[in-house]
Parts: sequence; structure tokens; C-alpha cells
Amino acid sequence: MAALEVRGVSKRFGGLRALSEIDLRLGDAEILGLIGPNGAGKTTLFSVISGFLRPDAGSVHLDGRELLGLRPHLICRLGLARTFQIVQPFPHLSVVDNVMIGAFNRSSDSRRARRQALEVLARTGLAHVADRAAQVLPIGLRKRLELARALATGPRILLLDEVMAGLNPAEVEETVAIIRAIRESGIAILVIEHVMAAVMELSDRIAVLHHGELIAEGPPAEVARDPKVVGAYLGEPFLAA
Amino acid sequence: MSSAVVLSSLANGVMLGGLYALVALGLTLIFGVMKIINFAHGALMMWAMYASFWLAKLGGVDPYLSLAVTLPLGFAVGYAIQRAVITPVLEAPEHNQLLMTLGLALFLENLALLTFKADPRTLLVSYSQASVSLGPILLSLPRLLAFAGALAVTLLLFLFLKFTDLGKALRAAAEERDGAALVGIPVQRVYAVAFGIGTACVTAAGAMAVPFFYVSPEVGNTLVITAFVVVVLGGMGSFAGALAGGLLVGVVESLGGLFVHGSLAQIGIFALFILVLLFKPSGLLGTPSA
Amino acid sequence: MRRLPLLLLAAALVIPLLVRSEYLIGTLTLIYFFAFVGQGWNILGGYAGQFSFGHALFFGIGAYTSSLLFVKAGLTPWVGMWCGAALAVLVGLVTGHLSFRFGLRGAYFALIMLAFAEIFRVAATNLDWVGGSFGILVPLRGHAPALFQFGDKRYFYYIILVMLVAACYGVRRLENSKLGYQMAAIRENESAAEGLGVNAYQVKLTAMALSAGLTALGGSFYAQYFSYVDPAIGFGPANSIEILLRPIIGGAGTVWGPLLGSFLLGGLGEGTRGLVKSYAGVHLMIYGVILMGAVVFLPHGVMGWLRQRGRRG
Repeated sequence: MAALEVRGVSKRFGGLRALSEIDLRLGDAEILGLIGPNGAGKTTLFSVISGFLRPDAGSVHLDGRELLGLRPHLICRLGLARTFQIVQPFPHLSVVDNVMIGAFNRSSDSRRARRQALEVLARTGLAHVADRAAQVLPIGLRKRLELARALATGPRILLLDEVMAGLNPAEVEETVAIIRAIRESGIAILVIEHVMAAVMELSDRIAVLHHGELIAEGPPAEVARDPKVVGAYLGEPFLAA
Repeated sequence: MSSAVVLSSLANGVMLGGLYALVALGLTLIFGVMKIINFAHGALMMWAMYASFWLAKLGGVDPYLSLAVTLPLGFAVGYAIQRAVITPVLEAPEHNQLLMTLGLALFLENLALLTFKADPRTLLVSYSQASVSLGPILLSLPRLLAFAGALAVTLLLFLFLKFTDLGKALRAAAEERDGAALVGIPVQRVYAVAFGIGTACVTAAGAMAVPFFYVSPEVGNTLVITAFVVVVLGGMGSFAGALAGGLLVGVVESLGGLFVHGSLAQIGIFALFILVLLFKPSGLLGTPSA
Repeated sequence: MRRLPLLLLAAALVIPLLVRSEYLIGTLTLIYFFAFVGQGWNILGGYAGQFSFGHALFFGIGAYTSSLLFVKAGLTPWVGMWCGAALAVLVGLVTGHLSFRFGLRGAYFALIMLAFAEIFRVAATNLDWVGGSFGILVPLRGHAPALFQFGDKRYFYYIILVMLVAACYGVRRLENSKLGYQMAAIRENESAAEGLGVNAYQVKLTAMALSAGLTALGGSFYAQYFSYVDPAIGFGPANSIEILLRPIIGGAGTVWGPLLGSFLLGGLGEGTRGLVKSYAGVHLMIYGVILMGAVVFLPHGVMGWLRQRGRRG
């Protein structure tokens, strides 16, 4: 049984087919990269999986358990956490308080939640800004906070939506290392990313979305050579690290 | 209950509804253009009513005639309020915007209380008791005039928005603030005009209501809630919605008054409000907003 | 600085023993009272971020319930006030369920609470067995502590002080609890909170229940203090505004906010309430101006301003 199984998910917005019959499987402690041109439906897929959107058809299973119809907070309780493409911090709360909200997913005690939050901050390189208000952080650290918060919920599966967008190369490398470490701890990760070199390097497998359809899936090197994929990214120079 | 009574009540409700529609139009215009919910709307109408009342009492000028003075004054007051009070909170979080107009309402209502005292007043004009018969139905003339007046103002407003440059600028700013600014529309001034027009609408409604409505500082409270019911019912920002909603509320209130005594009919309005908020907050005619 | 609350409390405790002025005692009593009901509103409006413009709903339920139970059944308000609180919690759960289940937020939520309060006001005005527009006069029994009536105002002073301290302590504990954190998360960004496992509906409902109960207790106190309640005083929009004004001015979402706001606004409302109407206009008018000014110059209340200065300094 796969950790996460998406079967036949479709979603329309009025006349627009955002997702068509998407089938995906994510195994334990696996990193699956989800790529595709803008507007391909990647974030929509995340929203469906995490319960923010209801699909028109299909199913989503977490360890065999149906997630469809469950509200986002329940899905998080069951062990699936996501980040948002446009960061959604709790602006006036401090960084550690932000992460504590996530930690409360697993515990009811404030002191324990705080300890866990501080641990997560250490793991994600945010310990030095623990007491700053989230709204004063630069974009790079905000993305990191988004990641830390989701991590603090103690997930089984993590959905990361463009956590590296807008970061400089050094920050990208740091984030790659952090994501690898998260995988080492046994969490399966689904990563949406445009920073091609990073996602190719990081992922065990790659899935390519285009106009709401899955057009390719497989090991990074294979997918990179797939003519359909190159065609989808028409005109974009495509480098495998 | 005879059909004549029911029909009269229905007719009364329609006429009252026209007035409500005019009040709601001002409110929905302000919301449509600036996304501001103006709690002071009722208080402004109350002041307009007092203005018309005193001009009639002391100067012998009929409220419809004194509109020549009160209408531009109402517009000017609205314009000034927008610049002084609303502009500082245009970018503020929604709850602060609400509190601002709430504070304004509080100030205006109690200023009136101090100035005019609490006793309700009524104005008797030559035609206050007159009525027109339409078959078996007896229509109160002041209400009929108010209805006609409300329709006239509504029509003028519609033409203004549709065909004049300023009207188009208003609609542009309502739809896309930054885009409008980019093409050179003076957005701040347009907002002030919108608030001015909204206040003018409510001024007209107030003047037309004075011959048959009692005037007191509290009148604004009930009116603002009724106006909100109308606007939410018809859809925030929807012109046609304000009209339809106004008529519906007027009729419900009037017919309700047949079965239930006095202010209990108001509960029907509140219940309607709650139901609409719960099931169709975008209104019967409005589009779901972000 | 940490000792300040204790020092203030000590001062509050001894003032009635040292001071003769009935006026000062009365003014302070009302300041504590407004801080108390303001703290009640603060739980839902300040901490959970759901601004209600109709909290007089719960206030009125508290005042009417304890008074009616006393007048009709001879039940002491000491017990009656808890009945009122229970009823208010129930009404809060119903209105909260309706509002939050259907996703009402912001202005729509503020308005629906106002609508509910108005329904109760109109109903109370038209129902004779609750006194109609004349309201309820609590029969005076002189000095009868068991019936929550006292010959000396100082008793009321100490009672409301205890209630206030308990409320503030409770809110402080709430702040640092899981519920408190989740309320803050919802206030800051409800969708993000949901994605992190926070059940927004349940948290908001809990906040509503706590807020309703506390406000109702304040209503019962008021009814006993003034021996009178009527539909306007109990459920009226003016009352809803009085309730939210202190925490807003002082700083919504902080423990000290309602207290600060209440002290700043002084006893402007006291004594003039329920008396000659023409005087009642003045203080409300001033409130309007203060509210408008606060929104522009102190968008996070006085506490917010103090914190900003602390950060820069």
C-alpha cells in the first residue's frame, strides 16, 4: 500500500479543465517531484489532496484511508501537511509561535509544543529568528517558516509548494539539504518546484503535469529526455544537474 | 381580512419599498465602489430628515422643494466625510473600517440627540392626509409621491452611471481600483463623489419620508439595519438587487404588519436578514464575491 | 514592572477602606464592570478575531434571566446569574453554529450578531411577562447579601473586582493554552490555521461560548447594581457598542486592553446612564469621536501603541 494514492482525480472550474484523471502514488519516505509549466494544475492538485478543494471525480487515499470529503484540519490530523505557494504566515505572531500552532497538532501541552517547535526551528535553520514577528522576515525565511510549520504538525506526508521560488542559490542548497533530512526521518514528500536543477537532484521520481494532465512519470533522467516533456516546456532550456 | 385591505397593504409595502430601495442604493453604491460598509448611512438620513423638517417648520418650505438646498448639501457632506474620515482607513483591515463608520454613526446620532432632543417629531404638510384611490385601494399621497420620487432619483442615478464620464469613472474605480488609477482616473476624488452621491440618495429619501415618517435621532438605527437587509438580500454592490430587495422588504414589512402587532413585524425583517446571510450571503441577485 | 499588576491589585483592595467618596467608589466599580464585560467580548473579538456588534445579546440574557428568576421565583441572583450564563452560552452556541457553519466572517458576522440582539430587544419590548418596554425593576430588600443586594456600595465594588481579577486571570491562562494559540492562528489566517490541523469551527464556537457566559455574568451584576433592566439597556445597540469600546480602545486581544480602555474612558458612562437622556447623548458622542480617532491613530489600541514604542526603544 502506498503512503499516498491519488486515483482518477478530475476538477473543472467552469469551462476550464484544471485536472484530468490524475493517478499518482507516493511511497514511504519517497520524494516525488511534481513539475510542469505554469497553470498546469499542480497547486490545484495539492489543494484537492489536502482538502481545500473538492474534486469532481476520483479519490485520494492516505495509507489506504479515503481523504475525500474530509476538512483540511482533519486531513492534517491524519498526517498530511502542506505549504502554500503564496506564503501564509501568521503575520503578527513570532516565528516560534507560528511553528507552535503546527506542533499543537500532536500535543495539547503548551510547553511540549514549544519544545517541539524549537526543535523544528533548529532543524530548519530558523533558530536565530525564533522571536521575530513573521511579517518582518525576508521571503527566503518566510518560505522556510512555511516549511517548518508544516513539519511541526508531525506529518507522514508533506506537500511542498514551490518552497524554493525566489531563493538565491545558497538558500536553494540549504533547502535541498533540509528536505533530504526530512526524508531521512521517514516522511514522504511531494514537491512542486520550478527550480529545475534542485528538483531533479532531489527527487526519486518525477511526475509532469501539463494542462491538467499527467504526461510523464518516472526517474528524473528518463523524464528529462521525454520528448513530450520537452515539448511542454517548449523553448525553455532544460538542464539536468 | 378583505382583499382591499391586503391590496392596500401590498401597495403601501411597494411604495415603502421604493424608498428603502433608494436608501439601499446609496449604501450599495458606496460598497460597490469602495468596499466600505457605511454604518453611518442611517444617521446621515436622519440628519437629512431633520434638515427637511426644520426647513419646513421654520421656513415653510415643502420638503420636496427644499431638496434644492438639502440635496447639494447632502452631497457636499458626504464628499467631505469621505475625504476626512474614510480615506484614512481605505487600506486598513476591514474591522477598523467598520469601527470607523460605527464611530461616525455614534457621533452623528448623539449629536442629533443633544441638538434636537429625543422626542419624535412629525411634520404635517397640506397633503399629509391626502390619498389617491386606485380602484378599491386607497394610496396615501405622501407615500405615493415618495415612491415616485425614489423611482425618479433611481432612474437619474442609473443614467448618470451608465452614460456620463464621471459615472463610467465610478464604475471603473469600483471594478478595478489600480487599473483605474493607471489610466488616469483620480480614484480618491471618484471615491469622494461616490460617497457624496450615496449621501445625496439618502438625503433625498429622508426628505421624501418626512411627510409620513416620524423624525427622531433613533430613526437612523432601524433604517440602517433595514438598508443592510435590503443590500444583503439584493447583493452587495448590485443596483438591481437594491431595487428588488427594497421592494421585497417593503412588502414583507407591510404585509407582516397586518398579522403581527407593531414592532414585532421588525423581527420578521431580522429573521429574513439572518436567513439570507446564512443561505445566500451574496444576495438573490448578487455574484459571490471573494 | 512585573510587580505592577500586584501593586495595582493591592491599591484596588485598599482604596474603599481609605476613601470616603461614594462617587469615587461608584466610578471605580463601573470601570471594573466595563472592563469585565469588555474582557468577555475580548475573548471572541480580540483573541479569536470575530468582531461582534451585538454582544448586548448575552448581556441582556444575563440581566433578564437573573432578574426574572428573582422576581418570579424568588431565586437568589447568586444562582440566577449562573442560569443566565448557561442560557447565554446556549444562545451563543446556536448563533455561533449558524454563523460559523455557514462561514460568516468580518462585517457579515458583526451584522448577524447585531440582528440577533435586535430580535431579542424587540421581543423583550413586546412580551409583557418580561416587562415589555418598561423592563424589570428588581425589588429592593435593603441589605440582603444572600439576595445579592447590599446597603453599602463597597460590597459591589469588591464583588466586581473579584470577578474582574478572575476573568483576567482566566484570559491570561487562555492566552498561553493550546486553545489560545489556535484562536490567535484563526484570527491571523484562518485558512492557514485549518491546514495546520486547527478546527476553526470548533475553536470559534468555544470562544463564543466563553465570551457569552462571561458577558452574561456581567449583565446579571449590572441588573443587581442598578436594580433595573429594560430592553434598550439590556439588548440595545448602544450597549453593544459600550461593551466593545473598551477592549478596542485599550487593545483587543490583550489581557490589559479592556482594563486600560475602561480606565481611559473613565466613568464617562456612569451615573448618566439611564438618567436624563439629554445627558446620555454627550458621552456617546464623545465615544464616537474617540472611536474614530483610535481607528486612525491607535489601530491596535493603546496596548498596541505601547508595544510598538517598546520595540523601537
